[in-house]
Amino acid sequence: MSEMNDYPSRIKDPASRRLGTFSYLPELTEEEVRKQIQYIIDQGWDCAIEHTEPEFARLHYWYLWKLPMFGETDVDRIMDEIEACKKANPGHHVRLIGYNKYKQTQGVSFVVHRGEIPAESTTETWLHLKTKAPDWVLR
Amino acid sequence: MGTQKFQAGVKEYRERYWDPNYTPKDSDILAVFKVVPQPGVPREEAAAAVCAESSTATWTTVWTDLLTDLDYYQGRAYAIEDVPGDDEAFYAFIAYPMGLFEEGSVVNVFTSLVGNVFGFKAVRALRLEDGRFPLWFVATCDGPPHGIQVERDKLDKYGRPLLGCTIKPKLGLSAKNYGRAIYECLRGGLDFTKDDENVNSQPFMRWRDRFLFAMEAITKAEAETGERKGHYLNVTAPNVEEMYKRAEFAKEIGAPIIMSDYLTLGWAAHSSLSRWCRDNGLLLHVHRAMHAVIDRNPRHGINFRVLAKLLRLLGGDHLHSGTVVGKLEGDREATLGWISLMRDRYIKEDRSRGIFFDQDWGQMPGVFPVASGGIHVWHMPALVSIFGDDAVLQFGGGTIGHPWGNAAGATANRVALEACVKARNEGRDILKEGKEILTEAAKSCPELKMAMETWKEIKFEFETVDKLDVAHR
Repeated sequence: MSEMNDYPSRIKDPASRRLGTFSYLPELTEEEVRKQIQYIIDQGWDCAIEHTEPEFARLHYWYLWKLPMFGETDVDRIMDEIEACKKANPGHHVRLIGYNKYKQTQGVSFVVHRGEIPAESTTETWLHLKTKAPDWVLR
Repeated sequence: MGTQKFQAGVKEYRERYWDPNYTPKDSDILAVFKVVPQPGVPREEAAAAVCAESSTATWTTVWTDLLTDLDYYQGRAYAIEDVPGDDEAFYAFIAYPMGLFEEGSVVNVFTSLVGNVFGFKAVRALRLEDGRFPLWFVATCDGPPHGIQVERDKLDKYGRPLLGCTIKPKLGLSAKNYGRAIYECLRGGLDFTKDDENVNSQPFMRWRDRFLFAMEAITKAEAETGERKGHYLNVTAPNVEEMYKRAEFAKEIGAPIIMSDYLTLGWAAHSSLSRWCRDNGLLLHVHRAMHAVIDRNPRHGINFRVLAKLLRLLGGDHLHSGTVVGKLEGDREATLGWISLMRDRYIKEDRSRGIFFDQDWGQMPGVFPVASGGIHVWHMPALVSIFGDDAVLQFGGGTIGHPWGNAAGATANRVALEACVKARNEGRDILKEGKEILTEAAKSCPELKMAMETWKEIKFEFETVDKLDVAHR
């Protein structure tokens, strides 16, 4: 029988927390992020940046950085805004969104910077369990 | 205006129902049938007979015909075309006036269109190939309870197809062991798991136990990964009271999605369930058991594109569409055609994809096509290329069959998917470079590497039985 690997994810390990599309790949390099931005622009979509304290990453609403960059087609300027957002919000997760106004939804959304998730944020996890899970799970 | 006299007897159908000069109205429901007439029956007569039997006529004239405005209510066979590659069959195009049908009732429309006429002696075989539903009809149907965009917003998942897995073995697991299989898939990176269609409430696993264990699996996997998860809890049941009971319980324990089998459950029951889902905020996954009985024979029955359209009208957020590449039947171009019919707002006539009519869906939301059946990581480049982002790629053995278990299988699926989407967005040709893209991704993912080694030889290359009609070469 060939060597078998255990699956290492744990509730108490912040590294097990995923953050949506591309979060199962190695962190994207700057060059790779630029290509994804170019894709958003090529689709005719608008870029926006959101950020949050890692403890609250589960919520639908992160903080919106300024306003979506409607009509912006310069990859450098979008990269600059990502940097500015990161600098102003140390420790936060930062994600890039491509708004597709024709479908009234996001065509793209992925995390460009992963903040450090505090080990205590398992508290948040348990909060989630408590609020979401029916009583019988915790009983 | 008493201008007609009643004459008893049998008339030729074409005298009234064949009208090649008719221009269909925007408000007409249109249908195209593939007809194989009995030997010796002229095409016009067979087309008119199909038209008559699916609209106003019976086999003989009746005096009560003269009490109504038949000129308004009758259907009209307005065109006939050769079927490419089939010398016996022909296409008959028929227009039905709006007054023939109850608003918002798919059940009513199909009771006419595919009713008694399918057993009619004058035709040897009959297949409903496509139908055009006018805006007035679309707007009077409920449609999907949520639709693609709302589902993405609820789940917070964007820019990629969603991933699912049907729990196997399909029958015989205890509820607790079943929940284990769900948990392992979800923690590994899938968005959804699914009850197999024939999992209802058997003695080995009663529905309530299954629902509870599944919900615990979802809850823990969400806590662990930080992502939103779901399991399609099958509420298909022997009667609607039982169906609602199960749906209500799913809601009570916080399940995000339930499922039904629209053909075996019945259209009216399914439509009620869909309306319930909209009212109660649960997504609705729709399976299509029995479809191949109806849609696989190229000369008789109903083409799946029609079954797909009618499901969008009845309501559902996901519908199984075929994969093109897996173990189940599905012609590539035809599948692309009905995927468009499920998702898009306006679909142009396109015979190369088997679409006979323009179809305007107005503001009705779209349905996620679900590609399910015999797919694994090697299919990922083709699946992303065929389906684009708005689809659910539904594995089974391709997750659970991983040598290290479901979680590893799920991670392999997710990494392969994300690698293909990323490469596509970067402008790479993922069909041509599929192998390199997956190999590259596997370098940092031992689970994917293992999956690629396990399934490298599996292919499903049988000829499709229900193909698009094309001329002999």
